[in-house]
Amino acid sequence: MRHSFFSLIRNALGHHREWPPLWRDPDPKAAYDVIIIGGGGHGLATAYYLAKEQGLGRIAVVEKGWIGGGNSARNTTIVRSNYLWDASAHLYEHSLRIWEGLSRELNFNVMFSQRGVLNLAHSLHDVRDAHRRIRANDLNGIDAEWLDPTKLASYCPLLDISPEARYPILGATLQRRGGTARHDAVVWGFARAADRLGVDILQHCEVTGIPREGGKVTGVETTRGVIKAPKVAIVAAGHAGTLAAMAGFRLPLVSHPLQALVSEPMKPLLDCVVMSNAVHVYVSQSDKGELVIGAGIDPYAGYAQKGSFSIITEQMGALVSLFPRFSRLRMMRSWGGIVDTAPDASPIIGKSPVEGLYLNCGWGTGGFKATPGSGQVFAQTIARDAPHPLVVPFTLDRFTTGALVDEHGAAGVAH
Amino acid sequence: MERIPCPHCGPRPLAEFSYGGEVVPRPDPEPADDATWGAYLYVRSNPKGPQSERWVHIHGCRRWFTLTRDTATHRILDTPLRKEEA
Repeated sequence: MRHSFFSLIRNALGHHREWPPLWRDPDPKAAYDVIIIGGGGHGLATAYYLAKEQGLGRIAVVEKGWIGGGNSARNTTIVRSNYLWDASAHLYEHSLRIWEGLSRELNFNVMFSQRGVLNLAHSLHDVRDAHRRIRANDLNGIDAEWLDPTKLASYCPLLDISPEARYPILGATLQRRGGTARHDAVVWGFARAADRLGVDILQHCEVTGIPREGGKVTGVETTRGVIKAPKVAIVAAGHAGTLAAMAGFRLPLVSHPLQALVSEPMKPLLDCVVMSNAVHVYVSQSDKGELVIGAGIDPYAGYAQKGSFSIITEQMGALVSLFPRFSRLRMMRSWGGIVDTAPDASPIIGKSPVEGLYLNCGWGTGGFKATPGSGQVFAQTIARDAPHPLVVPFTLDRFTTGALVDEHGAAGVAH
Repeated sequence: MERIPCPHCGPRPLAEFSYGGEVVPRPDPEPADDATWGAYLYVRSNPKGPQSERWVHIHGCRRWFTLTRDTATHRILDTPLRKEEA
């Protein structure tokens, strides 16, 4: 069913009992042209663009849990493209442009809200760094501007910009086209759109092995049987390393817990996204009224979807010093997700050492913003067996050649 | 794992420590080619399960030690001994 004003009216009159499922729940076929491991945003977007733009017929997405149950539902939903280096700026800006038309493209409201993203500067070094990044963004055609404390106070009055503050705020960069999107809607929208193009979405189907013959991938072994395919893509975020181990190689990735939490809902009071790299907190207000608050990663490697309380303590301390008004706010829920961090805080996209096996991983703490762009360029990479021009700098061999894309400064979360 | 068992100071809060990552043997730099050295610098086993890893009691005795921890549960599997001090 196509979603429209009329379908809303019709279903409202039917008390919303007639909505069809957003996607089918098929049994696995014996073979596909491409199997995507991981039914998160990136995996579903890859499947969607493979079917839509690359004309591949038989595509499956295998997901060990359910759609919208992994990192896609655990992130803080921030979208921006103000990265420092050309390689990242081009990739994230490509994605941001797709975000701007995504609801229409998918015929599904992903609630993309370009409310503006602030990156705070707390020291002279931060200020210089921010100006350098603004210039770099400018050269790449990405909107970026500097707000001095006076302008910042009028743009975001809740911030404590007094010089006595624990973390004095000397200004901020602003990307007005940045903002947030509804994370569940993004995966649901891509799953529905991919399903309508014939993609099989196989939930509760965990990959247990990646069989190969003569150095070439032949499919996947799963909890729902062996499925054959000449091309397999690993798009499994935190577990990319364990899947690579099944295919007999290792990756330059370390999986860390990353925590986030939400407050009790309030009336609208924060109409932009505020991030601070130096004190490790980023916050926005959801449409339900909850503050969505993210922190830095836990320092140690780990696969349990939980982190240390000391991180939350630091995060709350930073939040209250930036926004004294939030001091009596109660927190409702906290959770952890597993992020696969690369040494240069940039993703790995492209071929793997195994023929027919492709990688899209290492997004670390900032993969959500790249979801549609990542899917589109990765789909072309898989279909043509050659990297899309935008992902050439992000291939695995940069860790041998040394041509790293060091985005620690712009990644937003230190790791 | 809010507490880390320092072999010299006993169990102390996590915030006193810095994480040094999994134990990676260092190859001889002289004959090492780019692939060997790149692998040493960047590539990790990143196991889901028991892992030997380095910690430093940075805000305490400032000494390094190795412990084994299950990354799937964050449970520390052994208490490092003084003789393991490196």
